[in-house]
Amino acid sequence: MIIADRKPFEEIKELTSKAKNILIAGCDSCVAVCLASGEKEVAVLASELRMQRKMDGLEGEIEEIVNVRQCENEYVDAMRDKVEKADLILSMACGVGVQTLAERFPDKLAYPALNTKFMGRPVEPGVWKENCEGCGHCILHLTGGICPVARCSKSMLNGPCGGSQGGKCEVDPEIDCGWQLIYDRLSRLGQLDALVEIMLSKDWSTSWSGGPRRVIKESAGV
Amino acid sequence: MNQITEDFEPQIVAFCCRYCAYAAADLAGSSRIQYPPNVKIVLLPCSGKVDELYLLKAFEAEADGVYVAGCLEGTCHFLTGNLRAKKRVQYVKSLLDEVGIGGERLEMYNLSSAEGQRFAEIAREMTERIRALGPSPLNQRKSKEGAIK
Ligand code: SF4
Ligand code: SF4
Repeated sequence: MIIADRKPFEEIKELTSKAKNILIAGCDSCVAVCLASGEKEVAVLASELRMQRKMDGLEGEIEEIVNVRQCENEYVDAMRDKVEKADLILSMACGVGVQTLAERFPDKLAYPALNTKFMGRPVEPGVWKENCEGCGHCILHLTGGICPVARCSKSMLNGPCGGSQGGKCEVDPEIDCGWQLIYDRLSRLGQLDALVEIMLSKDWSTSWSGGPRRVIKESAGV
Repeated sequence: MNQITEDFEPQIVAFCCRYCAYAAADLAGSSRIQYPPNVKIVLLPCSGKVDELYLLKAFEAEADGVYVAGCLEGTCHFLTGNLRAKKRVQYVKSLLDEVGIGGERLEMYNLSSAEGQRFAEIAREMTERIRALGPSPLNQRKSKEGAIK
């Protein structure tokens, strides 16, 4: 899922300083699983803003709304009544959600309250890690189900590099060396011979380097 | 402003676990131990029931100080409720700091149900701390406006 983190309050305060009526719009999918959004997170930010704005003598109302997904027109369109009363929509969704709001409500300001980080998953309570960079051509079948693009700090296709020590990455000792993980998994699967093959350079045109991407499924069109 | 501070009686909300602090408050009462009337108690089934929002809402409702009182560490009726409460208090302290209210207006205490005396001590300690800090910045605006009238 998409992992995000709330922006520092100082920044949010700055973003909202000129607005009078603010609608804080949360998303109950990806970013709620990483506890960056959802009903409670929206209520906490609303409470903080109400207090800060009262202290700073700012007028206006802070409204809250949370819908299932902020990246689908149907859900977003259902917010229209509340959006109309607001000068600013402060989105607590990922960047996709913020852009959906901007597109569906072209005359309203939609600002991000979160920093969208990566595609990953929860590994222990309160910790989320990156797994996939959406390179557009998956090679997990060659690497023991561990992604060298996202989990090797240098995205090496024929690792490890000389900086791998004791299973850790030289970039940061908190990072597991992706290639150590690949080696361990392939060895467990009895597939170490896969590493003898040199992987040729990847065609990055399927990744973001090819510009904004799209997926088309003819059968789903109308 | 000086006068406001002198007359200032802080409003304090105490979220108390029923197995320790709430029982200790009861004991303080039946033992006739005095504690400041500034403290308003909210009963919780466990300090771990405390939610970030309860704490923020108390401040929004113009409390000058708030504390959570749970069982001594290692003796929670539900094993880890008081440790969770401690983490949440820590987190809300940081929120109060960023908002400008001040994390020092919120505290976590641990005590047992047998400590009526300690309950009163905590209530006094917190009342004195908040008295020294003055009204919550949220209420100061109002006090200033009030003073102009
Ligand atoms: S807006 Fe869509 S993609 Fe973004 S967090 Fe919500 S559900 Fe996930
Ligand atoms: S190879 Fe590409 S698509 Fe597959 S997990 Fe890695 S980044 Fe994602």
